[in-house]
This record gives sequence, structure tokens and C-alpha cells, in this order.
Amino acid sequence: MSDFIGIFLAVLLAILIAPHVQKHAGAILSGVTRINFVQRNGVLISTYLIVAVLTWTVVMIVLPQLYMMDYSFRHNLLPNDIGGPKDVHTLEHYRYLLFGRPGDVELMNWLHLKVFGRTILVSVLITLVDFALCYPIAYYMAQVAKGGKARLLVLCLILPFWVNEILRAFAFRILFGTGGVINVLLVGMGFVDEPIDFLKADVGLYAGLSYAYILLMIFPIYNAVESLDHNQVEAARDLGSPWWRIHYRVVMPHAKPGIASGCTMVFMLCAGALAAPQILGGPSSLWFTQIIYQWFNTGGNWPRGAAYAFVLLIICIVFVMAVMRVFNVRFGEIAK
Amino acid sequence: MTSKTVMRIMVGFYILLFFGYLFGPLLLMGASAFNTSTFPQVAPWEGFTVKWFGALLANSAMVEGFWNSIWIGLGVICLAVPISLAAALMMTQVYEHVRPFYYTIVVSPVLIPGVILGLSTVVFWDKIGAMVEADFDTSWFYDGMFLTIVGQSTFISAYCMLIFLARLQRFDRNLEEAALDLGATNVQVFWKILIPFLRPAIFSAAVLAFLTSFENYNTTVFTIGSDSTLTTVLSGQIRLGTKPDVSALAVIIVAITLVGATVHEVIRRREMAREEAAREAARRAEMAIDMKLAATPAAAS
Repeated sequence: MSDFIGIFLAVLLAILIAPHVQKHAGAILSGVTRINFVQRNGVLISTYLIVAVLTWTVVMIVLPQLYMMDYSFRHNLLPNDIGGPKDVHTLEHYRYLLFGRPGDVELMNWLHLKVFGRTILVSVLITLVDFALCYPIAYYMAQVAKGGKARLLVLCLILPFWVNEILRAFAFRILFGTGGVINVLLVGMGFVDEPIDFLKADVGLYAGLSYAYILLMIFPIYNAVESLDHNQVEAARDLGSPWWRIHYRVVMPHAKPGIASGCTMVFMLCAGALAAPQILGGPSSLWFTQIIYQWFNTGGNWPRGAAYAFVLLIICIVFVMAVMRVFNVRFGEIAK
Repeated sequence: MTSKTVMRIMVGFYILLFFGYLFGPLLLMGASAFNTSTFPQVAPWEGFTVKWFGALLANSAMVEGFWNSIWIGLGVICLAVPISLAAALMMTQVYEHVRPFYYTIVVSPVLIPGVILGLSTVVFWDKIGAMVEADFDTSWFYDGMFLTIVGQSTFISAYCMLIFLARLQRFDRNLEEAALDLGATNVQVFWKILIPFLRPAIFSAAVLAFLTSFENYNTTVFTIGSDSTLTTVLSGQIRLGTKPDVSALAVIIVAITLVGATVHEVIRRREMAREEAAREAARRAEMAIDMKLAATPAAAS
């Protein structure tokens, strides 16, 4: 009913305004062209810029996120009930994540909460491991290696990055499977009697995840360290600073934006990874994104999936803010 | 042996280990494509074969997914490149105090996890479809291909925009002013000055958009619905247990991306070298003019 009133009012308004618009069309157009932005770009290009940017920012970025948030506070209804009296806001899905089904034996929904905690914890650990692995390489490429050698190293780093995420996970499956290379080697050399099920123990998953996003750690740090004047390192060394203090007091403070950027990217991608857990995860273990996926597909409960996704989004935003606070950098420096 | 040599050997060893870690799994996967064993493995080696490449063509689900991926990639280029170009141009013109806010919004899709982008896209367009009471079978709002193109473009546009921004930093606005003063229209300035200047960036952005779209999984798996792309087919087949035809496909994809990435890199390097040469020539010419100017009054007096 309210829709009809809205349409009626809009039509009424259009009928009232239309003659005036027609009368003053020339004046309105000249008014528009007098705006600075339009003057600089011309009417045609201005229209293109504004339409494209609004489509992207409003229709593709902001509205879907806002709608997903609203959607996560609604009941899972049949199409017929949407817009009806049952279509009200609810905390049902968030309650489910915390406490599970009402009347369950357990007080809390430990299954999902554990998966959630594990996802976040493992992502943080993988971020730290990747940082420890990448920092020496990034420093070597940026400050020690010269000219052609450095360029070759950079190219070698880029190449595996272009290989599909799923295929990279698949490669780790070949490596870590019960009939995989590592097990064949271990059994062959007599270290173990029976193949170890690395995939069940999630070793494959952790190795695969830290492998998958390692390059997003290297490049920001590399870029940041490269802009450091090598004379500063020399000066610190001449003044008698040991190598670890040079890194701690000279190189790392300079590379702070790069380190922050790399850590954020790796954490986000790990926490939001879906392919690697699906392919490498053990049968009994889950990743938080897999639960979202289940609600969305086999679970058939879209609003609950949206609620879980929204929780993940909040965690990611909190993490970015924490990194910005800890490293004391601005958002623009992280998302370069 | 000095401590410096020890240090150098250790650094070299570490780099070797690191690159072994990067390339080892991929090489093993490549090797498993040529093993006769019906399970993708390298050891035990049962004999050399190329039959898995043939088996790949017989895998109709994969072939269909491959073509869908190609079309989606082209669609993403058509949507993401114009959008990101406009967004980058807008960035250079938007009011100073609005810029950080605008930047936060347009860069956020890079940081939002792909599964969330995919989910929100599906939910949102589903709602729009319901609002205009679109027909479920024929309308765009429920079409997996359309949703995938839109969902992927949401974050791919941000990557492309960063490429354009980097290029625009070196744009000399005086060129625009000069053309306008000489009577060019805004549209002429756009097509004859701005676009030619941005051509390398447009090329890079298109390549990046296509490759990113082609290998995307997290967003696609939500938006694709009942259709399929190469990545969703791949992931399904790998989870159900595999034959080495997946390895064969990996070999092909790796080969194509290696060639593509190398060609792109070479073209980019050449472009940079050419620009460097042009700048050098301009500097020389300027210097020559300066010297001539300096010499002229001396000769006159």
C-alpha cells in the first residue's frame, strides 16, 4: 500500500515540476556548466565520471554491505513472507553463533566459536611466520642484491603468484598426502613405519596457507626497505651498532608502513580464505568461511550466513584498526 | 674462513631454501601430470605419459567452466577498466578534505574478504530482483555470470584504480590546459591527450583484471550460482578425489601465465626504457638551448 502512495506522490510531483523544468531548461543547463567540475571536464566526460564512480561506490560497494548487515538481522523467511508481518528485525543469528539452538545441552555454541577462534588465532600465527620468513628476503633484495640480480629475484617471486590459488593448494595436497612425496621420503629413509596423515593433522592446511599469501608480505616490505638510503645502514654499522640493532632501530622503523601493509593483507586473506581450507583441511576441522559457505549452500539459511560474514567483516575491521594503532600508520599507507 | 664468508653462505642457503619452497610444490605438481599412475603423484614413478592432457579435453565440465571463465574475464575488463579509470580521475579532482574519505571507500574492497563481497553481492541483487519482481529464469539479477562479473569487478576495480593513480601522478596537466587554450573540446582532450598518455596503464589494468578474474575463487563460488567457472569446477573435482588431468591443466595454466606474465613484464620494461630515453633526450635538448642562450649575449657584446 505504501508503495502506491509513494509512486502517486512521485508522479504528482513530476507533473507539478515538469513545466517549470521545461521553461528553465536553458538556465539549469548553464547553471550546471558553471560548476567548476563540469567546466573542467565538459558535460559528457563529467557525466561519465559521476555515473561510473557512483555505480561503483554506491551500488557495488556501500549498498551491498549495508544491505548484508540489515539482512543478517532478519529471520530466514520463505519468499512469500518477505515484506509481511513476520519480516521483522531479530538477533536470532548472532544468538545462534554464541549460544547455539535454544534448548541445546551445551550452554555455548562451542563448535562454531572454536572454529572462529581457531581461524583468527591461526591467521595471526601465519601472519607472524610469514613476516619472519619474508623480512630477510625482502631486505636482501632491496638493500644487498644489485641491479640485474635483484630484478631477476623480483620476477621469480612474481611468477608463482600468478598460479591459481586452487592449484597451489592442490600442489600441497600432492606434497603432503598419504601417498605424497614427503611421506614417501620419510618411509623410504626409515624415519617412520607408516605414512603420516598430514592433511588430517592440518599440517598441509597451515603450510598451504602460509605459502599462498607469502608474496603479499614480501612486496610491501620490499618496496618500503628499498626506499631506505643504504648510507644509513652503513652509518649505523660504522658507529658500532650490531646487526640486530641496525634492523630494529634503523630498517624496521623505516619499513613500518610496508610491514603494516603486508601483515594486514596476509591476515585478511588467511582469515577469508576458502579454497585452501576446502582442499587441504582435514575432514573434522573447519575454517570460519566454510561455515558461512555451508549456511549459504547446503544449510539454506542466507541471513545466518550473512550474520556470520558480518562478524568476520567486523573482526577484519578491528584488526586493521589495531594494526594502524600499533604501527601508528594511516589507512592510505596500508592500502597502497 | 672469515665470518663474512660464513654469513654469505648462510644467506645464499636461505635464499635457495626460500625459492625451493616457492617453486618446489609447483614443480612436483607439474611432474605428476606426466606420471602414468591414475592418482596424481610423483613417487612411485610409473612411467612417462601425456595421456592426461587428452583426458582433459574429454572432461566436459572443465571445458565448459573454462569458456565461462573467459567470458567472465572479458566482462570484468569491460566493467572494471572504465570504472577504475573514472575513479582515478575523480581522485585527482575531488575536494582535498573529502579525499581521505573517498579513498577509504574505494580501497576498502581490497581489504574486505572475497567471500563477504560475493555474499553481499548475491544478497543485494537478489533483493533488487525481488523489488522489481523480475522473472527468476530470464532476469539478470539471478544470473550467475552477471553476478560474478559485478562481484569480481567490485574489488578488481580497486586494483586497476591503483595502477591508473600511479600513472596519473606523472601526468602534466599543462598539456590539457594547452589543448583547451588552442580550442580543443573537453572530449577531444580526453581522447587525444589523456587516453594516449594512459594507454600503458589501460593495458596493464586490462591484463591484471583478466588474470585476477580468471583465478578468483572466493567471490565466484558465491556469485556463480548454478553455473560454473574453471575454478569452481577444479575445486569440486579436487575435493572429490582426483585424476592427474588436474595436474595437466595446472601445467597448461602455469605455462600460459608464465608466458603472459613474462611478456607483460618485458613490454612494461620496454615502455619504461623508452620513456627514460625520451626524458633524457628532452633534458639534453634543454641543456643545448640553455647553452646557446648563454652563449648568444656573450657573442653579441
